[in-house]
Amino acid sequence: MSASLERGINAFKEHLDAPIAAFFSSCVHCGLCADACLFYTETGDLQYTPIHKLEPLRRIWEQEYTLLGILKKALGLSKPLTDKDLQDWQPLLYNSCTLCGRCSMVCPVGNDLVYMIRKAREGMSASGNAPAGMIGAAKRTVEIGSPMGVRLPALQAQAKHVEKDTGLHIPFDQVGAEYLVMLSSMEIMNYPEYLQAVAKIFKQAGKSWTLSSEAFEATNAGIQIGSSDIAREIVLRIVTAAEKLKVKTVISPECGHAYTAIRWEGANLVGRAFTFKVQHILEVLDELREQGLLKTQGFEEEKLTFHDPCQLVRRGGVIQQPRNLMNLIAHNFVEMNDHGKMNWCCGAGGGVSANEDADEIKMKAFNRKKIQLDELQVEGLVTACANCRIQLEAGLEEYEMELPVYGLTELLADHLVEDK
Amino acid sequence: MNGAEFLLWTRGTAFDIAFAVFVFGLILRFLEIFLLGRKPDLSAPRGSAMLGGVRTVFRRSLPADGNSFRRSSFTIVAGYVFHFGLLVSLLLLAPHIELFKSILGFGWFALPSPIVDFFTAMSLIALIAVLLHRITHPVLKFLSTPEDYLVWFVTFLPLLTGYMTFHHLFLPYPWLLGIHILSVELLLLLFPFTKLMHTFTLFIARWYNGAIAGRKGVES
Repeated sequence: MSASLERGINAFKEHLDAPIAAFFSSCVHCGLCADACLFYTETGDLQYTPIHKLEPLRRIWEQEYTLLGILKKALGLSKPLTDKDLQDWQPLLYNSCTLCGRCSMVCPVGNDLVYMIRKAREGMSASGNAPAGMIGAAKRTVEIGSPMGVRLPALQAQAKHVEKDTGLHIPFDQVGAEYLVMLSSMEIMNYPEYLQAVAKIFKQAGKSWTLSSEAFEATNAGIQIGSSDIAREIVLRIVTAAEKLKVKTVISPECGHAYTAIRWEGANLVGRAFTFKVQHILEVLDELREQGLLKTQGFEEEKLTFHDPCQLVRRGGVIQQPRNLMNLIAHNFVEMNDHGKMNWCCGAGGGVSANEDADEIKMKAFNRKKIQLDELQVEGLVTACANCRIQLEAGLEEYEMELPVYGLTELLADHLVEDK
Repeated sequence: MNGAEFLLWTRGTAFDIAFAVFVFGLILRFLEIFLLGRKPDLSAPRGSAMLGGVRTVFRRSLPADGNSFRRSSFTIVAGYVFHFGLLVSLLLLAPHIELFKSILGFGWFALPSPIVDFFTAMSLIALIAVLLHRITHPVLKFLSTPEDYLVWFVTFLPLLTGYMTFHHLFLPYPWLLGIHILSVELLLLLFPFTKLMHTFTLFIARWYNGAIAGRKGVES
């Protein structure tokens, strides 16, 4: 057995737990997960059936943790996992899965398939079978601090810009601030409106907040590639900064996986419960709305819809907040078919956007979103994830659809009552 | 061996062996699952894992939503008919209840046998339908392994032989009943070591799925 294969198998074994054993024991090959997966529905390619993507992990479970499997293995009756198998499964576990979790919602025996895919990626990554693009993103996050290679000076420059445009102060490293605002590289590079919106909203709400010059990147390539070690290191930066600045709450930006990384996996990665709260920006904004601290004026008159980022609805539980916020500023807010917890993925989450091997298939997968949008005929599309937003914009362009895409936070900031 | 001796054997020695394998197999499989354990979750919960788990155990018996139902309607409808018919014939036929009473010490109400007979026939038809679906639908054909067909066969057999026994078809009654019991014993023998286990493990799987979601405040 090659060393890389052995590392992969050990990682599989390390992550196999009682839920996974119950899931594999229960699968009756009914095929319902295929119909829930946009990579299958939009391509018709059978190998994208979600449970099939887990075959390497299943084989290790069967051969190592069931008596019958151990006997079969001893008698040479089972098919051992090979390097080639892992190579062959790379496109299935990475290119054609955004960890969107729709399959986990429909499985009649209750299998949480995406829970298993997340863990299967640990074995893939440990055995050197992660896609080059994602390895690059993970490496840049560890070495430079951001998957897109954004360094602090870039953020400082953007902060200066915002200060000049708005006359508002962008605080860095303020000890004792209530909120630590995290960003995603995409917001720094492509959507500076976000930082500006946050500054305006907190000014109006009268809340103290800060950025950290030591930890401003919230996205976590370690989670996406399936490397708990890298994921831990990235989360630890945020934890250290939050504790040093003694903030009450860390705010995950408009990004789905960043939220999963800090809110749900973070404490488990660093091995202790957090002393601070973690909230998605939409949760914070909806709280401010409830407290009457988010005062808006005027309404968008265009017909708008909201694209639910998978990690917020299906894997995160942030479902009602964006709807409350949309209704605050939009007169003509309509829902897509399958909105909320059954919404279809944009096609590029879970590291797919960082993986060049998936460039073609992610555009095919976008066809599902196109169908949802065609049914509605809206004039604007709102979301709360910079990664979704980039994919939505690229997909709309690819399919020659004219439709502006907005981030919900910036849309809200546009409607703030101006201080006299 | 005449019919009476055969029936006696299936009710005696054969049953004891099959039942012992079934029980020990079940215990083994549950141990295999639970001994793997699970790391505690240190993230701050938004909702209750317990409530989410219980909710999903029940909720997952229904399709997730209208769209999912339309996409997989044949599998879902045929699945319901087959499982419902199987449960009715297994649990609500008077002679079966007598058997459960002798093992468990208590029984319950029985349905009139013509009604059970109807459900058995429905179940048999649905099972043939799901088999045809499995060998023709591209995804199912792609996923299916020999075990899927074996499991189908050992599930079909008791229903078929039960139906034949009830209607006294083709063979003398003691032989029919003996063959029926033997077919159940085959099912019991294979049960713990095949995906027939889903009968029990699906509740564990649903619970974990619902608990993971419930903790995060997601309705699974």
